[in-house]
Amino acid sequence: MKKYKIYLKSFIYSVICIFVIIISYRSARPRYKPEHYTDIFKDFSWLVDWPKWLDFPLMQPLNSGFDWLIVNYGMFFEGINNFLLGLYTTMRNSIVDLPWPIVIAIVILITYFASGRKTQTTVLVAFCTFFLGFLSPRYWDKCIMTTCIVVIGMLLCIVIGIPMGIAMARNKKVRNALLPILDLMQTIPSFCYLIPGILLFGLGAVPAIIAIFVYAVPPLIRLTDLGIRLVDKEVIEASEAFGASKKQTLWGVQIPLALPNIMQGINQCTMMSLAMVVIASMIGTRGIGDEVLLGLQQLNVGMATEAGIAIVLLAIIFDRITQSYGEKIQERTQPKKELKL
Amino acid sequence: MSKIEIKNVYKIFGDQPSKVLPMVQNGETKEEILEKTGHTVGLDNVSISIEEGETFVCMGLSGSGKSTLIRHINRLIDPTSGDIMVEGTNVVDLDQKQLIEFRRHKMSMVFQRFGLFPHKTVMENVGYGLEVQGQKPEERNKVAMEKIDSVGLTGFEHQYPNQLSGGMQQRVGLARALATNTDIMLMDEAFSALDPLIRSDMQKQLMDLQSELKKTIVFITHDLDESLKLGDHIGILNHGKLVQVGTPIDIIMKPADDYVAAFVRDVNRAKVIKAKIIMIPVNSSDGIDKSNLVKVHEDQFIDEFLPKVVCSNANCEVVDKEGNTKGYLTEKELSKALTKEHMANAVKSVQ
Repeated sequence: MKKYKIYLKSFIYSVICIFVIIISYRSARPRYKPEHYTDIFKDFSWLVDWPKWLDFPLMQPLNSGFDWLIVNYGMFFEGINNFLLGLYTTMRNSIVDLPWPIVIAIVILITYFASGRKTQTTVLVAFCTFFLGFLSPRYWDKCIMTTCIVVIGMLLCIVIGIPMGIAMARNKKVRNALLPILDLMQTIPSFCYLIPGILLFGLGAVPAIIAIFVYAVPPLIRLTDLGIRLVDKEVIEASEAFGASKKQTLWGVQIPLALPNIMQGINQCTMMSLAMVVIASMIGTRGIGDEVLLGLQQLNVGMATEAGIAIVLLAIIFDRITQSYGEKIQERTQPKKELKL
Repeated sequence: MSKIEIKNVYKIFGDQPSKVLPMVQNGETKEEILEKTGHTVGLDNVSISIEEGETFVCMGLSGSGKSTLIRHINRLIDPTSGDIMVEGTNVVDLDQKQLIEFRRHKMSMVFQRFGLFPHKTVMENVGYGLEVQGQKPEERNKVAMEKIDSVGLTGFEHQYPNQLSGGMQQRVGLARALATNTDIMLMDEAFSALDPLIRSDMQKQLMDLQSELKKTIVFITHDLDESLKLGDHIGILNHGKLVQVGTPIDIIMKPADDYVAAFVRDVNRAKVIKAKIIMIPVNSSDGIDKSNLVKVHEDQFIDEFLPKVVCSNANCEVVDKEGNTKGYLTEKELSKALTKEHMANAVKSVQ
């Protein structure tokens, strides 16, 4: 049974291979080709260097496909663009307009309640926030822009990533289909999708948000999937044995028990978003990243380092808030062992 | 009609169980099938009927298919072939919706490693069966408190499971199974993960609850002593096949094959045989010295009254609940009962 499948697979692969060779040969320019295809079997000099007629034409169809996408579905992308841009500008303007002490106060409040009233974390985050302004007055507004982009990117990741992770954990077929896509998203160099991003959404914040989504959503999906699948089988059996429907098991048992892992995924997601937002400055996204870029372009080491420190501080703020929130949830779902007799 | 009837159930694990089924039905062994097809036979033509109100113990070593069997009754596992009738409905034919209703109202389950929800308090755990039925929090907390009381965990209702010891956790499991007030309880190696002292404690608690509630219990264990203690009937599984079904005494007296015989060889007979099994009935008790008698209840096990008999060097008078004399026991019967070779004859002569 299994051997038959292996043969079938090899057969399919060889058919694809032959098909690709034929297409490559046919689409190659005539001057690269031998006069007649039978010449290939007479003169074997093409075995030394990779023959020029063996060049699979992927570039043109991709380009024309992309053009077709812009022409026919431009409206759709514009809709996304307007929505995200609107969200970003409102958020940015409202925070930039706030006096800076109030912004710091808000950050402190968020940290205090997210961490479950831990003073230590709150003090650290407050210090980092304060220091951002200290580094250079210019950084304050830029950090707010960066924060807005990261937060919107993260929200997008959470809204799309967590349901995908859940679907993946529950259905093997979905997992098999998604895994290679996630691998692709994680390995493909970011510039490969930054540039189409510019073509589709123009320069600015929106392609950065899309790039953040592509780059940062895979770990969230993976950790959600893992978290749900790691829930003790007996606990799920218990839930089913008492007549819980699939929905009840998911919401009542699987998701609460997977929450620590999901929070870890969100934390990872945030860190990767921050890394991406710096790269995105190269496609004209405003924010703290362009200070790094400026420093690089002017070979101004001090300037780049200063901006680098600002990014690290920003990362610490994000990390502490999400991490301590995750810990708080973990304490609730898996309370520490203390026997009160 | 029996409460639960399992009819010719086969379960084969693998990619294409239905293709392998005829091979199993033709009597090929588990090993042959594993080698030829890569499929594992979980259950091989198992038929059991379980009466209302009895405790049926299903016993076997690990890998004998006992946990698989119990999961067929509430269809956590679907059989490859066969029927499972519970109160006359065939569980195999239920669709998803009916199955959920069936699980909610007909049976509850206790798990080996407790299967408690770590993110819920004891009370929320116990009320879970009612929660999925859609009952309001006040109602289900009331029922949950009652059940927590009945397993002796009052005061722990707001703790989380991992703040409790193993025995206490299993009490929560038991209370959770009792809370839905179903007729049937499935217990999958419920006490196997507990240490011996707590285990016998829990066994006693289960027997006390059972004498009150009269539920139909299907109990899985690999511990012979436990099965003899709890079971009204015992089914022994070996490699997915049902080897023998019978009362505890049947299993010890007439083991169906070498496998069962090996199982029961080292059993402590004094703990299994009740006075009424080996007593000499009143009408044939002439010639027994009745001057020095110790009163023994007919359902007492030998080891409960043996020390008394030995110390006082007396004969026993076997009485029933109302105190009527049912028969007598002398040293002769006792020594026969406790000696392996004589045992079968002794029982035969009584029956």
